[in-house]
Amino acid sequence: MKHLYDVLIVGGGMVGSAIARELSRYQLKIGVLEKNLDVCYETSGRNSAVVHGGFAYDEGTLKARLCVEGNQMMGDLAEELDFPFLRCGKVLVGNTEEDMATLKRTLIQGEKNGSRGLEIIDEDRLHELVPAAVGKFAMYSPNSGILDPFQYTIALAENAHENGVEYYFDHQVTGIAREEDGTYRISTIQGDFQCRWVVNAAGLGCGKISDMLGIRGYKIIGSKGDYIILDKRTGPLLPMPVYPVPSNTYMGIHVTNTIDGNVTVGPNADMVDDFEYYGALQKNIDYLAESASRIWPHINRADYIRNYSGILPKWVDDNGTIQDFKIEIRDDLAPHAITLVGIESPGLTAAVPIARYAINLMKEREELKENPDFNPRRKGIVRFAEQSKEEQARLIKENPDYGEVICRCEKVTRAEILEAIHNPLGVSTMVGVKYRTRSMMGRCQGGYCQMRLEQMIEEELGKKETEVLYARQGSQVIMGKVREEE
Amino acid sequence: MEKRDVIIVGGGPAGLAAAVELHNKGITDILILEREKHLGGILRQCIHDGFGLTRFRTTLSGPEYAQRFIDEVVEKKIPYRTDTTVLEVSPDKVVTVASREGLVQYQARAVILTMGCRERTRGALAIPGERPTGVFTAGVAQAYMNLYNRMPAKEVVILGSGDIGMIMARRLTLEGAHVQAVFEIQPIPSGLPRNIEQCLNDYNIPLYLSHTVTDVHGGSRLTGVTISRVDEHLRPIPGTEKEYACDTLILSVGLIPENELSLDAGVKLDNRTKGAIVDEHFQTNVEGIFVAGNVLHVHDLVDFVSMEAERLADSAAEYIKHGSLPECPVEIVTDGNIGHTIPQKISGSQDVTLSMRVRSLIKNCRIVVKQNGEEIASKKMKKALPAEMIQIPVKAEKINGTQKLEVSVEC
Amino acid sequence: MLREFTCIICPNGCEIEADIEDGKLLSIEGATCPRGEAYVRQELTDPQRNIATSVLVKNGVLPLASVRLTSPVPKERIFDVMAEVRKVTVEAPVQAGTVVIKGILGYDSDVIVTKTVTRK
Repeated sequence: MKHLYDVLIVGGGMVGSAIARELSRYQLKIGVLEKNLDVCYETSGRNSAVVHGGFAYDEGTLKARLCVEGNQMMGDLAEELDFPFLRCGKVLVGNTEEDMATLKRTLIQGEKNGSRGLEIIDEDRLHELVPAAVGKFAMYSPNSGILDPFQYTIALAENAHENGVEYYFDHQVTGIAREEDGTYRISTIQGDFQCRWVVNAAGLGCGKISDMLGIRGYKIIGSKGDYIILDKRTGPLLPMPVYPVPSNTYMGIHVTNTIDGNVTVGPNADMVDDFEYYGALQKNIDYLAESASRIWPHINRADYIRNYSGILPKWVDDNGTIQDFKIEIRDDLAPHAITLVGIESPGLTAAVPIARYAINLMKEREELKENPDFNPRRKGIVRFAEQSKEEQARLIKENPDYGEVICRCEKVTRAEILEAIHNPLGVSTMVGVKYRTRSMMGRCQGGYCQMRLEQMIEEELGKKETEVLYARQGSQVIMGKVREEE
Repeated sequence: MEKRDVIIVGGGPAGLAAAVELHNKGITDILILEREKHLGGILRQCIHDGFGLTRFRTTLSGPEYAQRFIDEVVEKKIPYRTDTTVLEVSPDKVVTVASREGLVQYQARAVILTMGCRERTRGALAIPGERPTGVFTAGVAQAYMNLYNRMPAKEVVILGSGDIGMIMARRLTLEGAHVQAVFEIQPIPSGLPRNIEQCLNDYNIPLYLSHTVTDVHGGSRLTGVTISRVDEHLRPIPGTEKEYACDTLILSVGLIPENELSLDAGVKLDNRTKGAIVDEHFQTNVEGIFVAGNVLHVHDLVDFVSMEAERLADSAAEYIKHGSLPECPVEIVTDGNIGHTIPQKISGSQDVTLSMRVRSLIKNCRIVVKQNGEEIASKKMKKALPAEMIQIPVKAEKINGTQKLEVSVEC
Repeated sequence: MLREFTCIICPNGCEIEADIEDGKLLSIEGATCPRGEAYVRQELTDPQRNIATSVLVKNGVLPLASVRLTSPVPKERIFDVMAEVRKVTVEAPVQAGTVVIKGILGYDSDVIVTKTVTRK
């Protein structure tokens, strides 16, 4: 058994990592138990990557309050943690009187929630903002934005790690027991851990972990959405996300510019109970394109480069009605355990406020001492492709590895890939490198660089070819050698 | 800024052939830029034979074919840089490159773009299902096996009957993998008949036409695929699904000219070929920027890639000597049976060879080139396959004025 | 009896229709060059193939050197050829054209290197 932790966080996604990072401001021994081999394999890395304005949620809910807070702090956070974020604004386009009524209601709700700068705009103004958008009018939210969800999560985790938090990957939790002395024993597939506080930030697994803590009855359903990613050549046609008019519970299929210049189309929303199946149906892919083409007519098959799916954990009541975020400590059932349930959208926007809210619950029960060594800043990997020619020249001069382009589509250099392979969290998968550098994310989808990446991981980490994993356990890329040295 | 008469982007079969031919024509201030460690391009991983029958009258493996040009480049002392990636080509022909030696810019008088093509991926096809590892394009599997000594597969299903896919079916079989079948969505194979014979039939690998992958299984490594028959509109027929357990799906579903640098340089592309629109000099709409090989249009044989690049080099040499080339006002249009022609525009004042492909299988037909309703060239085809490139010479003496040429199929 | 062949000698891949009686070629149609007929005759008596593969290279800049046969061998011996090639390891540098197995399986065909691999 590993020695006693003050806090163990179950789940290293953006919420778990935000909690880890915010807790590392205090003098605590903190660990994160993550079942995957990196921090953003599930919902944290499979979403629209939109920083929401906070107008879509009922007044008075945690979703509304924490989203608005998260939106407002995102610029500073991006600067502090060095992840790509762009406050590009977004529009919700409509055509009918009913649409207009909904948008007006949404605007009023948004203003009550504290979302700033919302306005209803006419078609001319819409076309000034997004020339290619289709709609007679729109609601414009100037403070909405986009970010890189991988780098955001990684930045939170790396900053937590730099401030002393220990990450345990491939540590799926199998059981939690409360000992006589009040500590928790957390069993994982790789041994037991002991801690004074447990944080359930398990995302899609929040219901299971709650059950293990003895807090039963949370009903979690998955809302699964598929997305199509379009080639970067479509990026200039979409300066900000374009959404349809929302329904009560669902924001609709939208088109989103990504921080790197691609466009994503999606998501649909299928209710699922299998939280590990990320397959996409043909009819869904076709439906996405058809549906989103009505608001932005530049979706062509020739520009498809990939598709992906994500699942949002939604907490529902017995009638199936979707509930607010639930962040609680049940002193009666599981003292010293913070449970976060149903952290779905806008969890990305609200991750840090969610973390602070959770920590405040803890502070009500225990005095936390500030960590004088806490460093809020973290530096990401310098991206060669995004530098000026002068800066590129300087980088190569300083380190010739910047002169070796490994991924041609995204112009990722050997220097960046080496830095990603030797990342602070010790992640060693190919996708880990992909998320950190954008190699394999371009239009050829690793056709040119994946062999090089695989070879570099073998060489740099001293792995056998059959030990290199793409993403998950069992995701070997290579079966062996063509010619074995005797 | 360093100056060069000609910068060649890409040291594969097109770029190397262009360099050698330019040198033959007296243009020696050349620089070949190659991003890999070695010259030769994709041929380095195409270790099978069958190359060179047209260009060298003998059958060679890919590396040997490339070496013939590399030897000439070395012998003629044509400058080249390997491990050097071109970051940008500007419309005024400034070429920015990165290498371990630094970031360098060259001002060229002419730029020859010979970057080749890339493979269409699973994402581009939007094949439904999960996204496990074990789904490779044929070229990736080929690179793993032939360049990196890495075996990516044991139980294999292949989607697409492109030549590289069939060649990989044989390659994988020889190295101990089991290739269950090749599935092709079209009603006819997309690769050459000889490859069906020597890569599939020889190894008892069945080829199923009008079939495609409709689901992919596995959360980590691939565990299987669902195959369905398709109707005449290429739509899967419900009820025809069949499961194949496999750890690898190889895709050989098409090649796309790699024109990102061309677009940066302001080169206009042809929607049909996904390559540049060129005149008979292989010059693009940007004066002094020339294109040949698979970056222009996907070829069936490497011999034609090199020979096209040699024709390009002749024109580029003229361009360097005279500072300009004759206008090409004669447009070439095609009917629905012919996908496209290369070039798309000609001068009418010199003999020219038109390259083209048919869009579907055509038997006992003539491909006819007409101007003002008059036939000026033709080729009899007992059988024309989309897999094959067809070349038709057109004599300058037959061309009158600048009226467009029309290429059509007559049966 | 009519039998169809796809000639593999060159990329034209002629579709040849041959009239065959008791293993004898009576007539042939569809070959656009004389090699087509020769191919059919060979296929009838003793089908032959060339193959390409790789051998392991020690201390080279590449782990493998590609190889091929200098002339075809009987089709049914392909996997026997592979078994022999698998045993070969060469030391870098190795030049294209180098014979790594002379007279493979006793046939008049050598296994030669097709890609020069320099020393690491």
